[in-house]
Amino acid sequence: MNKFKLEWWKVVTIILLYYTVIGGFLIPVPRLHILNESIRMNYFHVPMWFAMMFQFTYSVWASIQYLRTNNITFDDRAIESVKVAFLFGGLGLVTGMLWGNATWGTFWTNDPKLNNTTIGLLIYSAYFVLRASLEDETQRGRFSAAYNIFAYMVFIPLIYILPRMTDSLHPGSGDNPTFRLFDTSHNMKLVVYTAIIAFIALGWWFLTLFLRLRSLKKLQDEAI
Amino acid sequence: MIVTLFFKELTLELRKKSVISGLALYLFSTAFICYLSFSLKQNQITPLVWSALFWVTILFSVINTVAKSFIGEKKGRGIYYYSIASPAAILLSKMLYNFLLISILAFAGWLLFVVLLKNPLTDHTLFGITLLLAALGFSASLTMLSALAAKANHSNILMAVLGFPVVISVLLIAIKVTKNCIDGLDRSVSYPELLTLLAINCLVAATSYLLFPYIWRS
Repeated sequence: MNKFKLEWWKVVTIILLYYTVIGGFLIPVPRLHILNESIRMNYFHVPMWFAMMFQFTYSVWASIQYLRTNNITFDDRAIESVKVAFLFGGLGLVTGMLWGNATWGTFWTNDPKLNNTTIGLLIYSAYFVLRASLEDETQRGRFSAAYNIFAYMVFIPLIYILPRMTDSLHPGSGDNPTFRLFDTSHNMKLVVYTAIIAFIALGWWFLTLFLRLRSLKKLQDEAI
Repeated sequence: MIVTLFFKELTLELRKKSVISGLALYLFSTAFICYLSFSLKQNQITPLVWSALFWVTILFSVINTVAKSFIGEKKGRGIYYYSIASPAAILLSKMLYNFLLISILAFAGWLLFVVLLKNPLTDHTLFGITLLLAALGFSASLTMLSALAAKANHSNILMAVLGFPVVISVLLIAIKVTKNCIDGLDRSVSYPELLTLLAINCLVAATSYLLFPYIWRS
């Protein structure tokens, strides 16, 4: 019988996540008008987007590799990482909505960043639809890889460039300063960076699990 | 090669006529429905409503126009093209042709809207430039997607599903500039937007140029 052993980076991920949760709720935060305690949402809202972007970027890399090598494992990586990215994107929206309800008073405002992110997630929903409508495996791999790269190229201006050109309640837009290293208080910096690393690692962990599930399903299909 | 293919598209289109007249009818009916639904309450068409109606009409006719560029092709013809031309030439000629068609559609739509509804615009040159740039964006992003959708099942549904989210970034900027044209703001206000639009067009066109050979090969 195999002995169950955690890899070192998974142990690190667990420790960092504990630190994020405990530190995120207990370490003192600056008292700011309106934000108050809801500033702690920063520890969970921001890392979601980092984790999402990491996965989307990884899936684009996998798609490029697929087009170059025609190796089906890269296609598996691309689809599974888009799934993980989608999960984090959804969580990012949910945490953002909760935070928005606490500070702005509504779950949804007509903020360009919110709308464009929703559109961006729609673009990736179309990716799933595309995959579902193609049956041949190599054709599906090639087309979805092409669409994935294309989608990424549209996604980046949509969420990083366009919102910055109009007024938005998010950092880096309109007259607001960008998310900077210098004006965040020291305690917060510690937790935010830990959280970002922790959630990216957690996303990677998810990805490995999803990939295993996928290969298991393939084996089962072959057995039948 | 690109020029030859482009003229081939043009002659085929002019010879068939059914598609062109179909599109013209589509555009006219949509504009006319907009007109009828407001009938006597013309004064309720605020500039923003005008812009929304206009871009929705253009968007739908454009998706229908571009969708047929690859979906309408017969199976055997694709293999023939494949043997005589490079994928880049095929893509660029289609893109160019779609750009021409979309621009004509957009300007015809503008004319129809001015005649049937009213003309809230104050800066016509700027709006014309915006239309051209948006047409470029539509053709750059949708031509490749149409090639993609043509190979899949349920092409028409897929074209809409893939197309709408992708063109939204082009559409967002276009709507913003339209608002500037309506408000009669100084042109320098709209330059950053137009530049961004151009940059996005270049980005999308370059990406489709790189990716198209992979789709075409199957």
